[in-house]
Amino acid sequence: MKHLLSVASMIFILGIVAAPVVWSDDDEYRVKYGRYSTGVEPVSNPTYKKECGDCHMAYSPGLLPAKSWSKIMSGLEDHFGDNAELDTATNKAILEYLVSNSADKSDYRRSRRFASSVDSGDVPVRITETAYFKHEHDEIPARMVKGNKEVNSFSNCNACHRKAEQSSFRERDIFIPGYGKWDD
Amino acid sequence: MKTLRILTIVFGCLATGLVLADSPAVIQLLNEYALKGANHPDAEKGKLLWFEKFEGDDRFPERSCASCHTRDLSKAGSHVKTRKSIEPMAPSINPERLSSAREIEKWFKRNCKWTLGRECTASEKANLLEFIKQQ
Repeated sequence: MKHLLSVASMIFILGIVAAPVVWSDDDEYRVKYGRYSTGVEPVSNPTYKKECGDCHMAYSPGLLPAKSWSKIMSGLEDHFGDNAELDTATNKAILEYLVSNSADKSDYRRSRRFASSVDSGDVPVRITETAYFKHEHDEIPARMVKGNKEVNSFSNCNACHRKAEQSSFRERDIFIPGYGKWDD
Repeated sequence: MKTLRILTIVFGCLATGLVLADSPAVIQLLNEYALKGANHPDAEKGKLLWFEKFEGDDRFPERSCASCHTRDLSKAGSHVKTRKSIEPMAPSINPERLSSAREIEKWFKRNCKWTLGRECTASEKANLLEFIKQQ
């Protein structure tokens, strides 16, 4: 009985020690980029959150490279068909925040992937145009997004990624309205 | 007795003031618009402009304030493209509305350009402000 107990406690202790190692697939990134992270950096700038987040989810700057943010912020008069003009000072402040936290300057895992998936000659202005985004969403049928009234567009990250506004895009947090959890 | 009368007058003035009071932002902007010739803000004209339909492009052929803000200013609206919810415009429901001159001017600029295809004139803005503040 005593023997059985000690075996059980050994297994228990081993479980606690081993769990983070087994559950985490990010160790190589921690080594490579010096920071442990699974997603992209959460949005921290209140001006950005307010000025951009009034009309759409305030996308994390770590979802696009710096050159993309520069292009977007220089054309706010026609912002995907809407007018999103800002005064010069506010525009400059937001651009600085976006650039200094952009995908190519971030050491968050997914940001690295977004950055490296953009060809040096390309300047995507939509997150959905990047190769990494396309790769991650290529199995999702249109009926679940465009044809889904509660989702409408891939631009509405938080319609399915329930923790998108906290900048977490883990698979276990995906819930497609009308379809349920996503598991590929 | 005299005190009571004075008190009644004082409270009467205060109460009227409360009902009629515009936010400092609204007073400031109406003054600025007046300097540009918009001396008689007209809520009725503002209302007509709110519901007026303008021609857009293929993506959104018909545009009006109500496209996003709905026809009932006491209700929440939603962005025609992103479908993000927009808080009600009526200050009686949403006290944050019309509280910042900077915000009012920012949205007039953006939304007039999108809806009308041009910036609004001082008198159009004065009329809209007069209409919205009564909601």
